[in-house]
Amino acid sequence: MDWISAKPTKYADVPYEEKLRLFMEVKNDPRYEDFLYGCYECGICVSACPSARFYDYSPRVIAQTMAREDVDRFYEIMVEDIWNCAQCFSCVRCPRQNNPGGLVTLIREVAVKNGLKEARDVLQGYSRVIYKVMLKGNQVSPDMLQPDFFPDWGPWVREFSENMHVWRKAIPVDTLRGVTDAAWRTDEKTLVELYTIWFETDNVDIVREVDEGLYELLLDVMEEALEEWQEEVA
Amino acid sequence: MASAFVPVQEILERKARPVLRDPNEAPTHDLREELFELEAKGELIVHRVPEPYVEVTTKFGRKKKIPIEHTWHHKSCGQCGHIPGYSASIFWLHRQFGLDFIDPTDQTSCTGWNYYASATSNAVAQLAVMSRNFAAAYETGYFPLIHCGTSYGHYKEAREQLIHHKEFRDEVRRILDKLGKPLVVPEEIVHYSEWVHVMRHRIAERQVIDMSHITACVHPACHYYKIVAEDAIYDPEIYGAQRTATVTGLLEALGINVADYSTWFDCCGFGFRHVLVQRDFTRSFAVLRKIEVMKNEVDPDMVVTHDTGCVTTLDKSQFAAKAHNRKVGVPVLSDAQVAAMAMGAHPFRVLQLHWHSTDWRPLMEKLGIDWKKHWEEFQEDLDAIRRGEKPGITWEEADRPIAIAA
Ligand code: SF4
Ligand code: SF4
Repeated sequence: MDWISAKPTKYADVPYEEKLRLFMEVKNDPRYEDFLYGCYECGICVSACPSARFYDYSPRVIAQTMAREDVDRFYEIMVEDIWNCAQCFSCVRCPRQNNPGGLVTLIREVAVKNGLKEARDVLQGYSRVIYKVMLKGNQVSPDMLQPDFFPDWGPWVREFSENMHVWRKAIPVDTLRGVTDAAWRTDEKTLVELYTIWFETDNVDIVREVDEGLYELLLDVMEEALEEWQEEVA
Repeated sequence: MASAFVPVQEILERKARPVLRDPNEAPTHDLREELFELEAKGELIVHRVPEPYVEVTTKFGRKKKIPIEHTWHHKSCGQCGHIPGYSASIFWLHRQFGLDFIDPTDQTSCTGWNYYASATSNAVAQLAVMSRNFAAAYETGYFPLIHCGTSYGHYKEAREQLIHHKEFRDEVRRILDKLGKPLVVPEEIVHYSEWVHVMRHRIAERQVIDMSHITACVHPACHYYKIVAEDAIYDPEIYGAQRTATVTGLLEALGINVADYSTWFDCCGFGFRHVLVQRDFTRSFAVLRKIEVMKNEVDPDMVVTHDTGCVTTLDKSQFAAKAHNRKVGVPVLSDAQVAAMAMGAHPFRVLQLHWHSTDWRPLMEKLGIDWKKHWEEFQEDLDAIRRGEKPGITWEEADRPIAIAA
């Protein structure tokens, strides 16, 4: 039972201990203390928040829930709300110096790391972006601009994809010219260093929680690149 | 009635007065002092801003050094990948002024877009990616100039976390040791739009396109001035230092009429994840809270902003809204593109306007730029590339400002 609204607790099938474990994982993040100092309930964050205009979503509720340590409500937020946030950080104009958007980042991280079904569902269709960022060190590349993915961007996308190769050559910047599978030309050594970071920080394991197939693929490519590089420098 | 109790006149008068802030009264610590203390303890290296630099005033009245040259261009994946005229314009401006800089291949993106979109990373990984890039810049002796607003915001926040959490520093140092790199933090995190801002009068001196009949709306980028707000440029001469001065300062220097609109504080609707896989939010917000408000209130000739995501969102969201008979059709450009355009950059070889979706032709015509002629020149370039007669467009072809019809 929610003691404020007197409504039955949602997600009652999830044990309280499990919700508490997830809550504590968020709370124990070293950044948590920089993001929450209490809450006046003033709603300034809500008035600045784009997602609050569009969804049934409130950064005030997030700050309040975390400050009250309402573990059941926290779990609802983790399952239902966090992916609505636009991560614009308009809410940091909070007079209490809170960072509700930052709290969302921490909660998302815990949701992903623990492989929550809702997180995996939300990130379906996003895997090609993770693939690109992990392997190329770029979030987006010209070859991702395909009409099937961006129909709402109009006929421009089709015109672009028909001309991509020649348009890319017609850019005077040396590091961009002709590059279509990444945003710019990156050194092999740089990418090997990036892969080392992904392994050393367990970032690859995080990807496994979202998409096992993608994880296997990334592992193959990155391990091979690291081996080849080690042979080259040996 | 509320007006009987609210001292409206007094509030308006107060708002009209420029804000002059005393840095000694700043509500936050000066991170740079903590940075130098950590350097003195041997924990990290502080990468000093090279001479020549210009000092600007930031939100709480502190000074920030903006380097003019010897810069290492930390490119933006969204700009380079999807709006290449944005990056090309930044480089073109540097070349026009004969400044010394590096466009590195030893650079990854900050990967912040992915982090804000999917959270498929963690704090240490993000700090390590940033620190790897900073170390790479330090090794060259050139100072990082950050092209992307998100990288800039992300790095400002990450720098704060690195300074405040020893456990993060220790972990990042362990990883950098493996890469054979030192832990380096720049003295200032500098966004390219800050460079444009301090260069604005030099840019205006070389302006060849009259823009005095143009009205623009500015969209200030959230990750530029909301994340670690104290680091953004504020100037009593511009909005009385009650809003950031970047972008607006340039437009005013170029003689453009900057028109205010009521939703200036709203974000563009990018959303990081939303713009890629949930664009109903992005489109609706960009149109209903930004473009249509601008159209209704001031009907601008263009929107000018200073971040990757904002240009993409505000430009690309307008097409679908036409089907719903919304008031759209305002071209969107970055401040760097506007600066380059003012100095006569080629609309396609440099500004790469063909990568923009919302119709920019009426703006070109209003500016007296014969875009059809330049499009034909560009088509000849493309044909020559297709025939294999040249590998691509080079700076030699792109450097020359366009000849302006009398
Ligand atoms: S960061 Fe999230 S919660 Fe904060 S204002 Fe933006 S959308 Fe709202
Ligand atoms: S602005 Fe800050 S204090 Fe006010 S409701 Fe939001 S989080 Fe709470």
